[in-house]
Amino acid sequence: MPSMPIPVHEGLFERDENGAPYLIGGRCGSCGRDHFPSRDVCPYCGAGDAVTVRLPDTGRLWGWTSVLTAPPGYQGEVPFGFGVVELDGDGLRVITRLEESDPDRLAFDQPMQLALTPLHVDDEGNPVETYTFMAR
Amino acid sequence: MNPVEIVGIGIHPFGRFADKTATDMGVDAVRAALAESGTDRFDAAFCGTAYGGVAAGHKVLDAVARTGMPIVDVEAGCASGGAALMLAAGAIRAGQYDTVLVFGIEKMPKGIIRSSFFEPWREEAGLAATPAYFALRAQRLMRESGVTKEHLARVVVKNRRNGVDNPDAMFRKAVTADEVLASRVVCEPLHLWMLCSPNEGAAAVVLRRAEATPRVALAAAVLRSHLPGSVLGEATPMAGIDDTGIPTPTTLAARAAYEEAGLGPDDIDVAECQDTDAARELLSYEELELCPRGDAARWVDDGITERGGRLPTNPSGGLLSKGEPLGASALGQVVELTRQLRGKAGPRQVDGARVALAHTVGRGANASVTILRAP
Repeated sequence: MPSMPIPVHEGLFERDENGAPYLIGGRCGSCGRDHFPSRDVCPYCGAGDAVTVRLPDTGRLWGWTSVLTAPPGYQGEVPFGFGVVELDGDGLRVITRLEESDPDRLAFDQPMQLALTPLHVDDEGNPVETYTFMAR
Repeated sequence: MNPVEIVGIGIHPFGRFADKTATDMGVDAVRAALAESGTDRFDAAFCGTAYGGVAAGHKVLDAVARTGMPIVDVEAGCASGGAALMLAAGAIRAGQYDTVLVFGIEKMPKGIIRSSFFEPWREEAGLAATPAYFALRAQRLMRESGVTKEHLARVVVKNRRNGVDNPDAMFRKAVTADEVLASRVVCEPLHLWMLCSPNEGAAAVVLRRAEATPRVALAAAVLRSHLPGSVLGEATPMAGIDDTGIPTPTTLAARAAYEEAGLGPDDIDVAECQDTDAARELLSYEELELCPRGDAARWVDDGITERGGRLPTNPSGGLLSKGEPLGASALGQVVELTRQLRGKAGPRQVDGARVALAHTVGRGANASVTILRAP
């Protein structure tokens, strides 16, 4: 039986009760702004009372490129898409992998949907997954 | 405050030197700078390096048997040399030291820079792809202004042509725009020849408290870091809200440097700016407020930054010709600009240059701006 995928890092994303993935952001209790990945100290105002929130799983493409050769420390497949998605709602910009690796097939403000994607299999045989966005 | 003057410069060529250590290259640059300065006595030494390891500057000065004074390594990514200059100049102005040796050394591995700046999970997820951040920045510039890929190629053509005349550069062959656009894509829209090569080298500068009007004064040496919320302006791998209207580290450093020097962007006669990639140079024109926001493409079209233009930029060939040894790159710019202000830049000489600006952008994000002035 295949093992359950494990996240590339704890605290980046979760699945809800329906199995739908979402990103875990931070919301500052002082200035109210969101950030990702979540951290205790707000990256904008420095207040230390941020709480975690479920971020919108849809957004629009703000920028993109394609990574053709494996960057340092990366064991997965190339090429892969790379870009910034502006999430619906507060417009938080998230740096992310993109499922589409052909830059010609993407466009500014294209609607995007969060998903999870396998990266590689770790030393214990567990598939490792991370967040990504695909065209919606 | 005492003015600070540059009394000695030295450089080890930037390139690949299999039989030399970073220490060896540092020794060459330091010896040359000290010889020019007419003294081997200095009160302190600051060494810019990012990959040099423990006590890297100390090892260089031990190799030339010049120790006993404070020796401090300074790391601010690609702005390490600029940061070292800022500390040295500040100490001289404050009266702490009379003479300070500032040098930078680096021996970089080939290929995409591996940086401890990225958390392990970002590496594992493929997000430690430095050229991809440059590509996003380039794409944004192209989207928000009239910059095209052809403009990017023409920046490379300009800098590589300048590099032909620089014996300290790694690449000394002129290229055409067609050749640049035919080089392989690294991260769309950036092609291989639009990106500088991390490499090896060293540079050194001797600073002294000036008693009379200096031949070449260090009029300003500034480092600034990014403001909270700045997202991609300097390729910070941080997510955030809209950064429109938030000044980048380059703009913060430039404004502070102009104020420190008592000069403005219109006073600059020659500049060396961070051309890690071709788009970064164009962005620098705007962020340094040398040209109005959105005018970088027109500056390329009008040849303003060509050698014979109104503001020759990267007459040394820039990082696109020299390559980028992180700790040494800012000081390499200062070596070039000191030569320019002395009128000793040979075929690269910008006629009548009196005020010069050097600019780097480093991981963090941060940026350094240094202004030199001749009487």
